Amino acid sequence: MSAGEVLLWIIFPYVAIATFLVGHWWRYRTDQFGWTSGSTQLFERKILGWAGPAFHYGALAAVGGHVIGLMIPKSFTEAVGMSESTYRWFSAIAGAVAGAVCVVGFAGLVYRRATNARVRRTTSRTDLAVYFLLVVLIGLGCWMTFGHNLLTKSPYDYRDSVSAWWRSLFILQPDVDAVQDANTVYQVHAIVAWAFWALFPFSRLVHAWSIPLQYLGRPYVLYRRRYAASR
Amino acid sequence: MWTNRPGTEYVWFNNVETAPGQGYPRRWSDQERWRGGWELDRRGRLRLRAGGRVKKLLTIFSNPDLPSLDDFYEPWTYDYETLVTAPLSDRDPVARPHSQITGQPMDVQWGPNWDEGLAGGPEHAIADPHLADIQEQVRMTYEQAFLFFLPRICEHCLNPSCVASCPSGAMYKREEDGIVLVDQDRCRGWRFCVSGCPYKKVYFNHRTGKAEKCTLCYPRIEMGQPTICSETCVGRIRYLGLVLYDADRVEAAASVPDPQDLLGAQRSVFLDPEDPAVQAAARAEGIPGDWLDAARRSPVYDLAIRWGVALPLHPEFRTLPMVWYVPPLSPVVGTLEADGYEADPDDVFGAIDHLRIPLEYLANLLAAGDVEVVRGVLHRLACMRAHMRKREVLGEEDGSLAQHAGMTAAELERMYRLLAIANYEDRYVIPQAHAELGERLMQQQGTCGLDFAGGPGNCGAVEARPDTSSPVVPVEGEDFHLVDLLSREEHRGA
Ligand code: SF4
Ligand code: SF4
Repeated sequence: MSAGEVLLWIIFPYVAIATFLVGHWWRYRTDQFGWTSGSTQLFERKILGWAGPAFHYGALAAVGGHVIGLMIPKSFTEAVGMSESTYRWFSAIAGAVAGAVCVVGFAGLVYRRATNARVRRTTSRTDLAVYFLLVVLIGLGCWMTFGHNLLTKSPYDYRDSVSAWWRSLFILQPDVDAVQDANTVYQVHAIVAWAFWALFPFSRLVHAWSIPLQYLGRPYVLYRRRYAASR
Repeated sequence: MWTNRPGTEYVWFNNVETAPGQGYPRRWSDQERWRGGWELDRRGRLRLRAGGRVKKLLTIFSNPDLPSLDDFYEPWTYDYETLVTAPLSDRDPVARPHSQITGQPMDVQWGPNWDEGLAGGPEHAIADPHLADIQEQVRMTYEQAFLFFLPRICEHCLNPSCVASCPSGAMYKREEDGIVLVDQDRCRGWRFCVSGCPYKKVYFNHRTGKAEKCTLCYPRIEMGQPTICSETCVGRIRYLGLVLYDADRVEAAASVPDPQDLLGAQRSVFLDPEDPAVQAAARAEGIPGDWLDAARRSPVYDLAIRWGVALPLHPEFRTLPMVWYVPPLSPVVGTLEADGYEADPDDVFGAIDHLRIPLEYLANLLAAGDVEVVRGVLHRLACMRAHMRKREVLGEEDGSLAQHAGMTAAELERMYRLLAIANYEDRYVIPQAHAELGERLMQQQGTCGLDFAGGPGNCGAVEARPDTSSPVVPVEGEDFHLVDLLSREEHRGA
């Protein structure tokens, strides 16, 4: 293992995870006021009307796909009797649909941000960084899904390489061997993803943690006392 | 007042619009379009007009009912710089308008009160949703045109659909004084409150990404002072007072099937502050004595309930709004006097149907279309006017007008004093908040809780009015804990 590999496949991921955790703790404690979706719907509603939902639903589906692909080891799917080819077609087709929807929505959002002067002016440097990372991540992700899975005769088996390494990080036994010979596209995707997670708590992406599911179960009208301590 | 900040350039917590006119944002009262407020479902239960909770969460990435900036207007400023720096020329330099949103030069097409005073005439005024069913009668000719002004702030509703629409639970109604507020720390910018409010009185701050609304100037109210918009109203038309109500009856009142029954239902939620049973119950709930006293002297209770001359704006939205309006009388009496009707109350009554402002218009605005309600109020006001005129101008004491109004002469005269003399002390009966009820009070001393970065700004100007006996005078910048102070005093006194 060279020093570069240690840096890339061990140190960098752990630094990113630490930044992710500490960053969220810090942001949540100090910046409730800045914790928002940062919506620009007030400025432009036509393109957002289709691009916003497409991007978000596509991205949520993609997140779900990653959870399955990364967390569930091959041995598990085989144990429950799912053949390699069934899994491949499931992941390829579902991934392709999610990716396509996400790309269409994302393209709409980028176009909107670039061409609408009102929206463009709200764009911060962090937003630009997020957009850049998303372009790379989504671009590589689709390349992998379409080029190495859906439209190829010999799909790339990421579950024995990248996924194994990813899981190994969380049991504190980084399996660098599994990843260092992996397909380069997958490698770059993984590295950029860690950068993305490190940036996450400092960007407006944090609104993702605020999906207000509690709304489903609470009374409609809320009351508060001015001074919670009394009574 | 509170919206002079980046992000809220287009926001008016308090706006005064011309009626008839489109209003702000344009055609806000058209709920077919904006789907704000509540409606009844097939089984007669209350539900948000914009759809249920699941639908809200599914459309969270793009709220289908959100007005866009152009429905309000694009705020602008002028390039004043050129006036100073323009080179010598035969022509005067011109300061061009620049958008405050994009910073670029813009062609101003619409703005705040663009149609003020019927400017733009038939084209704009006729787009008023309140005219939809009476367009036949209303002619936008010079001889027949009518107009009045409608001041609008947040209604601080008893059944606020903005609060119900907020998925984050960031909005709330304060138990003590009913003020509806947005918790700036918990708002996540989902924007459903903006579309959920049928009065379009929650606004999205595009700089902070949070919702903001009229706060009823709560730092002032807590000090027993009127809101800024009331205090500065030169017409002295605003009144502030508290009313006691039964929060448990709100939902039933908002659910009565016929929209025209909503006025009565809402009035039935209020409790009579003179009723000993109500007083006892209020005391048991821990409502302080001076608040009960203020409830008995409340000008709002007088106008809205005791005399019934004030009406809620658009009761049919089912939010049980709490800013009530006395329908305009002057044009009425103007016509009456010119036609010599005034002496006979029956004529007062007859003439009310020939007003410059059509009763139907006022009814669409204030009574869910129920013309009789508006007619009754105007009749009472006309009786008051005639009664006072007789007494003051002709020197006649005539009890019959009061009788026609269904009131005693003394009450009628009290109403006159409240409406026409409108002394400061009578218009605003605001008890101070009770500091000692909260252990954690005044943690925010000297900050008033609004002047965080990007917040509505410093309101350090809050002081007790000189004529109050309150010990509460904030000390700027000092770590001054009123509770400690009060409890120390109490111990000393005891
Ligand atoms: S008027 Fe005020 S309290 Fe009522 S729904 Fe609108 S924002 Fe909420
Ligand atoms: S009550 Fe205060 S915040 Fe609300 S509109 Fe009036 S001045 Fe503005």
